[in-house]
Amino acid sequence: MVKTFGSFLIFMQSMLVRKERLAVLWKRTIDECVLIGTDSVFIVSVVAAFIGAVTCVQISYNLISPLIPKSTIGYMVREMTILELAPTITSIVLAGKVGSSIAGGLGTMRITEQVSALEVMGINSASYLVLPRIVASILMFPLLVILAMLLSILGGYLAGTLTGAISASEYIEGIRSDFIPYNITFALIKSVVFAFLVSSISAFKGYYTEGGALEVGAASTGAVTNSIIAILLADFVLAAVLL
Amino acid sequence: MIEIHNVQKSFNGNAVLKGINCTFETGKCNLLLGGSGTGKSVLLQCIVGLMKPDLGSITFDGTVFTNNKVDIRQEIRRKIGMLFQGSALFDSMTVYENTEFPLKMLTPEMSKEERRDRVEFCLKRVGLENAGNKMPSEISGGMKKRVGIARAIAPNCTYLFCDEPNSGLDPATSIKIDELIHEITHEYGITTVVITHDMNSVVEIGDHIIFLHKGEKLWDGNKDQILTAKVPELREFIFSSSLVRAAKRVDEESEGGLEALANEPLSEV
Repeated sequence: MVKTFGSFLIFMQSMLVRKERLAVLWKRTIDECVLIGTDSVFIVSVVAAFIGAVTCVQISYNLISPLIPKSTIGYMVREMTILELAPTITSIVLAGKVGSSIAGGLGTMRITEQVSALEVMGINSASYLVLPRIVASILMFPLLVILAMLLSILGGYLAGTLTGAISASEYIEGIRSDFIPYNITFALIKSVVFAFLVSSISAFKGYYTEGGALEVGAASTGAVTNSIIAILLADFVLAAVLL
Repeated sequence: MIEIHNVQKSFNGNAVLKGINCTFETGKCNLLLGGSGTGKSVLLQCIVGLMKPDLGSITFDGTVFTNNKVDIRQEIRRKIGMLFQGSALFDSMTVYENTEFPLKMLTPEMSKEERRDRVEFCLKRVGLENAGNKMPSEISGGMKKRVGIARAIAPNCTYLFCDEPNSGLDPATSIKIDELIHEITHEYGITTVVITHDMNSVVEIGDHIIFLHKGEKLWDGNKDQILTAKVPELREFIFSSSLVRAAKRVDEESEGGLEALANEPLSEV
């Protein structure tokens, strides 16, 4: 465990020494932004909208007391979405999609000697292959989380109004009541931390793959599993420290 | 010239290279010959810097590579071209982009037009001038090797390393790849090191041959000397080839031997 963590730190450090030219890294980062960001919009949208919808329906199912105003449903959907569901669930979804893609891609490059080819050319393969992926993740995860927040609240609105659980005006009243802007900041901090964890853990797993196709699969699975555990741990630590 | 001095390498206490001393000469096809597990690939990885030897030194034209400053090692690495066993082409790039890649990365001062001219020249040199737009998944194994060679020579490499360039290729394609490597070596006067266990390559391009056995250098010489070498391990290696054994049998059984057979017109053979 300690040895693996040490290797991880050395891996992170190796990315930052002998960096490639900024122009090269910038172009690679933009390419990765498309792969990590744009290509994930659909899955993030679907998951976020349905989570918002289900949250709304389930809260309304549990709020049976006539003493509690219906607008509470909107309020709770907003709070749950911003504080937990959008950043954490989106990051877990992205750990599955982006994390496995990073680990699988790098693992395949490793076993087919493409990483060695870069090294022989005198190119710092960690800097060239991994740094743009981490930077792109850090740039894209917060944007995807913001999108997830919006769509989740919208999903709650549609589910609530279409099922008759809550009226549109009550839902909007709940959404607007007692809003704490810091919660958005907290969610974005979480998304940046989760982005770093998912991309760096997945890259570490993929970069050091040895063997063949079976090991690439194992690296992808390991990347997703470890990323999710890291997200949940970090989620707890950040909540304890920042809230 | 590449000089290897007392290079040793072990894995978990198992010595793979036991103090190798040899020289790879400039302008020649230097072959590292030996069976599987004799340390050829490990030695090559030590030479190109993918692995660090436990002991010993490697010198490129008088400049020490092992344990030298990172800048100096990088400078040497930029003069190295390498053809990998599986070609190691970048899957996401076309043949053209693969060839252009080292130029883009290593020579940023080159203009786009200069790069294009160089890539077109290299692809033409390996006979792939019409395959630039193809993806690696769309071309044959032999073509991949050619692209690998084009990519290796694109930045005007001084040292060319080929790790089993014939693996997975049919005999005719193997000969073409061997010829290409040989031609390029002599044309540009570069130092070429080829790992092989293919006897066809040995007799085709072996200007200088080093035979490794169980992590030790047992013999070195050239293609004219190898068949008469007296080292038992080398003789066993050479004559373990089915083709050589068959030729030897034909030589013994046929009237006048192989020489008489070779002089007959092809239609009568």
